[in-house]
Amino acid sequence: MSAALRGSVAVVGVGEAGIPVMPDGSTPVDAMALAAARAVADAGLTLRDVDGVFAAGLQLFMPTLSLSEYLGLTPRYSDSTQVGGGAFIAHLNHALGALAAGLCDVALIAYGSTQRSGGAGFVTHSEPNPYERPYRLPGPVAAYAMMAARHMHRFGTTPEQLAAVAVAARAWARLTPGAAERGPLGIADVLAARRVADPLGVRDCCLVTDGGGAVVLVRADRAHDRPRPPVYVLGVGEAVSHRSIAQMPELTVTAATRSGERAFTMAGLGPVDVDVLQLYDAFTINPILFLEDLGFCRKGEGGPFVADGRIAPGGALPVNTNGGGLSYAHPGMYGIFTIIETVRQLRGEAGERQVPNAEIGLAHAPGGFMSSQSTAILGTAAAV
Amino acid sequence: MDESGQPPRSPRQRFLDHCARGELAFQRDPESGAAFFYPRAVAPGSGGESPPWDVSAGLGTVYSTTCIRTRGGDHNVALIDLDEGFRILSRVETPAPDAVRIGQRVRVRMRTDGDEPYPVFDLLEDGA
Repeated sequence: MSAALRGSVAVVGVGEAGIPVMPDGSTPVDAMALAAARAVADAGLTLRDVDGVFAAGLQLFMPTLSLSEYLGLTPRYSDSTQVGGGAFIAHLNHALGALAAGLCDVALIAYGSTQRSGGAGFVTHSEPNPYERPYRLPGPVAAYAMMAARHMHRFGTTPEQLAAVAVAARAWARLTPGAAERGPLGIADVLAARRVADPLGVRDCCLVTDGGGAVVLVRADRAHDRPRPPVYVLGVGEAVSHRSIAQMPELTVTAATRSGERAFTMAGLGPVDVDVLQLYDAFTINPILFLEDLGFCRKGEGGPFVADGRIAPGGALPVNTNGGGLSYAHPGMYGIFTIIETVRQLRGEAGERQVPNAEIGLAHAPGGFMSSQSTAILGTAAAV
Repeated sequence: MDESGQPPRSPRQRFLDHCARGELAFQRDPESGAAFFYPRAVAPGSGGESPPWDVSAGLGTVYSTTCIRTRGGDHNVALIDLDEGFRILSRVETPAPDAVRIGQRVRVRMRTDGDEPYPVFDLLEDGA
C-alpha cells in the first residue's frame, strides 16, 4: 500500500531561523514562525496557501495552535504528534497520508525553540516518572551513556571511535555557514573534554542552541512549478519501541531496524543506493547505532566503521553534512534539521559541503530514549 | 471497595506497600507468568487485568551503568536485570560510582529516607 505513495509528495520549501541564538526575550513561537514564513516563501507560496499544519515542541504545549494563531493560519488539518526529536519525520509520514487523501493541499511542518536564550537548559513539559525520579537522571544523557557503555561491553567499541563521530561532525560544520561550533576539534580534544555521564564527555553530547526549522510539502502534481527543485518523498517509516530507557529491550539495538526497513521497502531501495545521510546525533553513540540498524554496516561494527574518516568530509559515506546536533545546532528537538539538510544536499545548494551528484538522501531521527524511530528517504526528480 | 471491603489500591500504592516491608515487588502476566516491571493495572501484551504480584529475591546483575558527573559530586545510575526476569532503573550505591561494571552481581536494599521508599542496589562481593 505505502509503495503506491512513493514519490507522490515533494518538499518544495525549507526554512531555518534563530541559529544559534534568538534575540533576548524571544519566544519559541518567534523562532518557529520565522522558519515557517521562510519555508513558505522558499516554496513560492503564501501563508494563505497553507492548509495543513504539523508541529511539536518541548516548550509549547499546543504548538500547532500557537503557530497558527501567530501566523494567522486557519488549517483544515493539523497534527501535533509528539514522539520526541524525530517527531518531524513522523509528521512527514502523516503529511504524506493527509496530502494523498486530500485532507490538505499544502502541508507545513515546523519547530521552534529558545532553549539557549531562555537560559533554562533542557526544558521539557515531559511528565516525571515515579520509578525514575529518585535516581537523579540529568536529562536524556544517562540513557544514551548506558547505551554506549553496553555497546562498548558487547562489541569492544572504544571512546576513540565515539569521538570520531564528533570530529567528523565538526569537520562538516567548518564547511557550513552559520554552524554554532566551527573551531578545530580532534580526537584528543573530545577525550579530554569534561565528563558528563561515563563514557560520554561534553563533546560527545549535542549543543544547546535556539533555533527554528520548517518544511513545506505538496503533492507531486503541484511540485513542478515551484522556485526550487522539488525533493520527493520516496519512502518513510516510523517505529515505536518504549517510553522509559528501562523498557528498551536491548540497548544496542534500536527500532531503527523497523523504521528503516519500512522506509527502504516503500522506496524500493537499500542502503547501497543512499548518497548522503543525516542521522540525528544527540550523542556520539547515536550515528553508530543507526548505521548498524539501518543496514549500512553489520551490528557491532559501527565503531570501526566510523573510525577512519568514512563519514567525514571526503569520506565514502557523508553523514551529518551540516555538522549535526553535535556542531551545527541543537535546539532541543533536532529532527526537522535532518530533513532540511537532506533537501539542501539534494537541491545541490549546500555550497562547500555539497556532496557531488547527491540524488538520494536519508534522514533519520529517534525520539525520547531511542523510544521512537523515524526514517525518511528523499530523492531528486531523477530518483523518482 | 474491593472484595475485602478496602478501597482499591493503585499499582503504585501496591508497589510502595511492598517497599515499606523491604520487598521489591513485581508482577506477572496472568496467562504466561512472564515477569514485568513497572507495576501496571493491565498486563502488557495479553491485556489481562489485575496482573498478580510477586516478590523478588532481590538478586540481580548490572545490565548497563553510567557515572553521572556533577558539580555536587558523582553518582551512579544503572539498569539492573533481576533474576526473576525483569529490569529496573536504579542506582548501585558504592564509594566508587564510576567503578560499577556491567555483569556485576547486586542485591536490592530499600531506602526510606525520601518522601517514598525506593530500591537501590549494593554490590555482592562473593559472586552470588
